Amino acid sequence: MKPFTYERARDAVAAARAATRPGAKFLAGGTNLLDLMKIEVETPTHLIDVQDLKLDRIEKTREGGLRIGAFVTNTALAADERVRRDYGVLSRAIVAGASGQLRNKATTAGNLLQRTRCPYFYDTNMACNKRKPGSGCSAIGGYSRQLAVVGSSDHCIATNPSDMNVAMRVLDAVVETVNPEGRTRAIPIAAFHRLPGNTPHIETTLEPGELITAVTLPRPVGGTHVYEKVRDRASYAFALVSVAAVVQKDGSGRVAVGGVAHKPWRVEAAEAAMPNGAKAVTATLLADARPTRDNEFKVPLVERTLAAAISQARTA
Amino acid sequence: MADSIEFTVSRRGMIVGGAATAMAASAPAEAQTRKSTMPADPPAMPVTLKVNGKAHALSLDPRTTLLDTLREHLHLTGTKKGCDHGQCGACTVLVNGQRINSCLSLALQHDGDSITTIEGLGTPDKLHPMQAAFVRHDGYQCGYCTPGQICSAVAVLDEIKRGVPSHVQADLNARPQASGIEMRERMSGNICRCGAYSNIADAMAEVAGAKA
Repeated sequence: MKPFTYERARDAVAAARAATRPGAKFLAGGTNLLDLMKIEVETPTHLIDVQDLKLDRIEKTREGGLRIGAFVTNTALAADERVRRDYGVLSRAIVAGASGQLRNKATTAGNLLQRTRCPYFYDTNMACNKRKPGSGCSAIGGYSRQLAVVGSSDHCIATNPSDMNVAMRVLDAVVETVNPEGRTRAIPIAAFHRLPGNTPHIETTLEPGELITAVTLPRPVGGTHVYEKVRDRASYAFALVSVAAVVQKDGSGRVAVGGVAHKPWRVEAAEAAMPNGAKAVTATLLADARPTRDNEFKVPLVERTLAAAISQARTA
Repeated sequence: MADSIEFTVSRRGMIVGGAATAMAASAPAEAQTRKSTMPADPPAMPVTLKVNGKAHALSLDPRTTLLDTLREHLHLTGTKKGCDHGQCGACTVLVNGQRINSCLSLALQHDGDSITTIEGLGTPDKLHPMQAAFVRHDGYQCGYCTPGQICSAVAVLDEIKRGVPSHVQADLNARPQASGIEMRERMSGNICRCGAYSNIADAMAEVAGAKA
């Protein structure tokens, strides 16, 4: 690990202000950041620990939804009675990811900001535009079985590895932040994660120093909540493809897909076809898919996983 | 570290210093520049940890993980370093009663926390019920993953008791049961290269009073 200095922030605005210092980074659970610091993919010179900011509560909003503090752990979020009852897809997605030990430490904001698991991002001997802008992309033309099939660019085919983010996207979550001047803003999850384009190192629409303070969920939308994850082993593996779906009694519903793009993939226009089944939805959802030879299996796999999710919802 | 080399004059230090000077003289100019601009080690920071009931006031390089603190500074080598990347579970300890990978946590993040390692669960004379069950069911071969497995297993039964949901739970709103499939899913963050899994599951089932 490269040397760094460490501080514990006492309030959110002070934390945001400290983060404008070059080389500074927020530290929440640390399960992703410290892993990357050990292999020097991440080399912050200053860490701002946000654990004392009292962002570890889940409370009701005036609109009838939930406000989840940025520091709420994955375990606490998945176990919350209101989340299990009203936002089951979120609990399901979280417990489908990582291990018990990691979920006890990983936080809500940290999960939103989780870096890709593209092997070329991890291997510092390989070209990676995300790790070293302008260096190229060894994944394109390399071993790309795990990587993106849609929304990718000639500069990056990495995927967003999070399960939680897929559920947040299907639930229309909103990311609340505060900036170094103390101004707050609310970013809809659809506008939070970016596609790679020609700047794959810029992964979100957060501005320098901007600190995530909470994620809010709108009023419960009812329906049957399903998270269907396909992976190489039964537990503790990243998704090849995952589907978060909320299906209503009349067959209508919404769907977001993980493991296929640089961000949780949802195309609202595709959802009109939900009552017609998985094939019709997938045709629109992945209309612009550009898979590689290694990962072209993901296109039919999305359709089949969605079919499984819809059928699970109907029999629930 | 740099300071201690500068100020310690010993025969060994002189030889090492001499060799380094000779190497530096033949190294390319770029490497020399990089060496001189390399940032110094950050100042050590104070942290207090309560480990197995005993408080320890330490002064640590901020980079020190909780795992390295336990092993290298407190000499509690029961907790093992496997992958050092949160993938194998050998470093699992309990922090304020919850299991985490101690390799993916800085000691500084745990100022004031209570940590339980395998040494604090039981002693050779008075084993924790989970330790005794691992012995009875032969829940290990080489033993390297065992401290992590046992800490994790103790936490898993507690998580089931507290109603923490899992991936294999059919009904999210029902209370989870200590069934074989539940325990296997919840233990997936602990890898055993020897493959003692079925015996570990038997040991856990015995402690939980359930069937593996």
